[in-house]
Amino acid sequence: MVEFALPANSRVQPGKVHKAAGAKRVKVFKIYRYDPDSGANPRLDSYEVDLDNCGPMVLDALLKIKNEIDSTLTFRRSCREGICGSCAMNIDGTNTLACLKPIEDIKGEAAVYPLPHMPVVKDLIPDLSLPYAQLASIKPWMQTQSPTPPDGERLQSPEEREKLDGLWECILCFCCQTSCPSYWWNGDRYLGPSVLLQAARWILDTRDEMTGERLDALEDPFKLYRCHTIMNCTKTCPKGLNPAKAIGAIKEKMIERRL
Amino acid sequence: MAAYKIIDHTYDVVVVGAGGAGLRATMGMGQAGFKTACITKVFPTRSHTVAAQGGIGASLGNMAEDNWKWHMYDTVKGSDWLGDQDAIEYMCREAVPAVHELEHFGVPFSRTPEGKIYQRPFGGHMSNYGEKPVQRACAAADRTGHAILHTLYSQCLRHECEFFIEYFALDLIMDADGSCRGVMAWNLDDGTLHRFRAHQVVLASGGYGRAFFSCTSAHTCTGDGHGMVTRAGLPVQDMEFVQFHPTGMYGSGCLITEGARGEGGYLTNSAGERFMERYAPTAKDLASRDVVSRAMTMEIREGRGVGKENDHIFLHLEHLGAETLELRLPGITETAKIFTGVDVTKAPAPVLPTVHYNMGGIPTNVHGEVLRPTKDNPDATVPGLMAIGEAACVSVHGANRLGTNSLLDIVVFGRAAALRAAEVMKPGTPHKPLPKDGGDFAVSRFDRLRNASGSMHTSEIRLGMQKTMQMDAAVFRTSKSLAEGCAKMDQVASTLPQIKINDRSTVWNSDLAEALELENLMDCALATIVSAEARKESRGAHAHEDFPDRDDVNWQKHSLAWVENGKVRLDYRPVHTYTLTDEVEYIKPQKRVY
Ligand SMILES: Cc1cc2nc3c(=O)[nH]c(=O)nc-3n(C[C@H](O)[C@H](O)[C@H](O)COP(=O)(O)OP(=O)(O)OC[C@H]3O[C@@H](n4cnc5c(N)ncnc54)[C@H](O)[C@@H]3O)c2cc1C
Ligand code: SF4
Ligand code: SF4
Ligand code: FES
Repeated sequence: MVEFALPANSRVQPGKVHKAAGAKRVKVFKIYRYDPDSGANPRLDSYEVDLDNCGPMVLDALLKIKNEIDSTLTFRRSCREGICGSCAMNIDGTNTLACLKPIEDIKGEAAVYPLPHMPVVKDLIPDLSLPYAQLASIKPWMQTQSPTPPDGERLQSPEEREKLDGLWECILCFCCQTSCPSYWWNGDRYLGPSVLLQAARWILDTRDEMTGERLDALEDPFKLYRCHTIMNCTKTCPKGLNPAKAIGAIKEKMIERRL
Repeated sequence: MAAYKIIDHTYDVVVVGAGGAGLRATMGMGQAGFKTACITKVFPTRSHTVAAQGGIGASLGNMAEDNWKWHMYDTVKGSDWLGDQDAIEYMCREAVPAVHELEHFGVPFSRTPEGKIYQRPFGGHMSNYGEKPVQRACAAADRTGHAILHTLYSQCLRHECEFFIEYFALDLIMDADGSCRGVMAWNLDDGTLHRFRAHQVVLASGGYGRAFFSCTSAHTCTGDGHGMVTRAGLPVQDMEFVQFHPTGMYGSGCLITEGARGEGGYLTNSAGERFMERYAPTAKDLASRDVVSRAMTMEIREGRGVGKENDHIFLHLEHLGAETLELRLPGITETAKIFTGVDVTKAPAPVLPTVHYNMGGIPTNVHGEVLRPTKDNPDATVPGLMAIGEAACVSVHGANRLGTNSLLDIVVFGRAAALRAAEVMKPGTPHKPLPKDGGDFAVSRFDRLRNASGSMHTSEIRLGMQKTMQMDAAVFRTSKSLAEGCAKMDQVASTLPQIKINDRSTVWNSDLAEALELENLMDCALATIVSAEARKESRGAHAHEDFPDRDDVNWQKHSLAWVENGKVRLDYRPVHTYTLTDEVEYIKPQKRVY
């Protein structure tokens, strides 16, 4: 086992306790806090939430805490219906979306951490600039050479279009990306499951005409081949997508073209 | 006041917002050769456009004969003759090339057996000037907004557009001559303040659904652009027209697309009756949204609601079969399960009219240029300022927006703004120096709220506002409810100076961001309730029980509202009663039946 010298601020200290007076059905949320201004070590604050006065999802609890108990608690959120990908975090040990995670699925105290292995900006907010840059690196836009039809759409049969199902629905939440051990250790060079799923989305689109170039760009010991099919990504995807399978599809394409 | 270090930037164009409207504009500005920055408080693909489900309207005619003039007629009728027909003509005519362009960009539209873009029926979209429903909504399953937003972002990457992500725009920089010279923004990630100087600022900051308690909109829909405009002494327009979507999920408010009824879904009351047949004999469940929402509210008020409290309505999809639902409505099948616990393949979903869209906004002309109407010139513009998308009021939606016309609006007018900029200015034009105090106003407002140490939490004031608006500016409005609403909102707004925030940092201070957003929401809410109270007629989404008829003689006009220190001043400007070209004639007001 490799010894890691953890940076000083990765040691998490116990933090403040916020009690819910008079509540009958109490759930304790243990939430990771990090204040960049103070530079102090991160801590775990406990919040008691009255479930009789709270919506069903973890995001509802976080909003309740922010609105009623501690307005300094910081996290990203927008759509509250699992489509924008903002509220990805590690809840009860799994990367998922707070807005889709029912509180009642969590036994005992609910531990809430930012997505793992990313630099933390503040509390539950990770810095995602690396995966965003990796996304841009795969040229995730339609590339064609043949002229576009002057007054109509490109045709695509329902069967061809079906190849994109399970890929285009990705919301770029990076739950899978930050659950992948290969990405943890080689994140600087391995593209990771989210980004590879996006690559597959364009490789498998029958309208795109740069399949060869796209595959060439991935033909590299790190970018693609660090995936060892550990499947954490697929297990964790809150949208029920299968990045491991998408990666498999790219590898198949690689083999196909060698034959 | 604490000294803030301010970082300066200079661009030809700065776009505020990276939803569909902002991204289309950013891309177009870049293509036209302008040095362009796009500022957004959330990562582009997290913008609210991502939530749009049902489709984007265009008369492609892939399913049956269609014509942009029919689309125009439906839009005018949907708007209850408050829409400006020059703008409506432009939008409906441009719809077809706009959707083809999106397809060329790579939007994964669903397909017909011939390989063309799949289109579904939607409320208020009819063939041959109102005869029978037509399939006009171009769809990517029930995730059309997601498909479009991600694709537009990819095009921006392709064109190497410059983004300032998680930058919160604070206020416009206005010059003494009334022109807009730039915008101030706060970088959430490191807490720095930024002064963007630009020849054009384009506001694409979305709607203000969060002024209400229950809405389909995201937490980020807080009318920030509206607030920047009112603080600059400019008016907002037609704010009383707030669309209630018939099928918000009971409880969470999450949306079930109208496409669900387009695919054959229908509504029933506690007697199991398909009551829409009574209210709209031709279009039935696919009548315009204001009509369906009103009908549902009637049923509930008359005691025919479903559920323990008789306070909602059922939406049936189970007869469509699991296979069709999986193919055409996979997203809502999933969300309905998560948020209502109902398996829609087996049982009806509980739904309720829910705040969904703001027809009103920052007034603009057909090029997206912001208006500062004067007595002599109701169409006078503000040099250097544009607005597009849900933040704007062009006005193509008038008193009631048709489903699918917003996704259309954002791409068509996003593009139009860029075309206009290319007409009126040249890339790289030198800048005059900024006014000496440029940006001071924004900084002092930022500093004031950051140190606010009153007695009321942002969330407390916000809740008061949301509950008042939900109660008194709802689907049914009466003179009494509106007058009460005005008085209560006056009271709520007067508590703003007592706001208190607890986080004093500058890095990702979301406590402060919510306070800034609340100030924006408050101006929107005030303008909405006061404009509504004043309008003594019923038109589209503004259904006034004491004035149940439309009054074209006195009220076919746009409301303008200026908000200053919590006080609203109203005025009006005429609706454009002309078209853009000679190819279509002005459609005269008629009685609106579905
Ligand atoms: C659930 C739902 C379903 C819908 N379905 C459909 C449909 O099927 N068809 C249809 O036509 N319409 C639909 N609509 C309406 C449509 O989605 C919206 O009106 C449209 O997407 C608005 O786009 P926009 O670009 O104007 O704004 P948004 O997408 O809301 O984007 C606003 C942008 O502004 C930025 N911003 C805001 N304030 C600031 C600030 N202070 N500083 C920096 N950046 C800021 C945000 O970060 C964001 O990028 C639906 C709406 C909802 C709520
Ligand atoms: S399957 Fe591949 S991408 Fe997924 S977690 Fe494992 S190594 Fe990572
Ligand atoms: S594949 Fe799933 S987990 Fe990964 S980014 Fe996309 S939606 Fe998130
Ligand atoms: S808030 Fe949008 S995915 Fe959770």
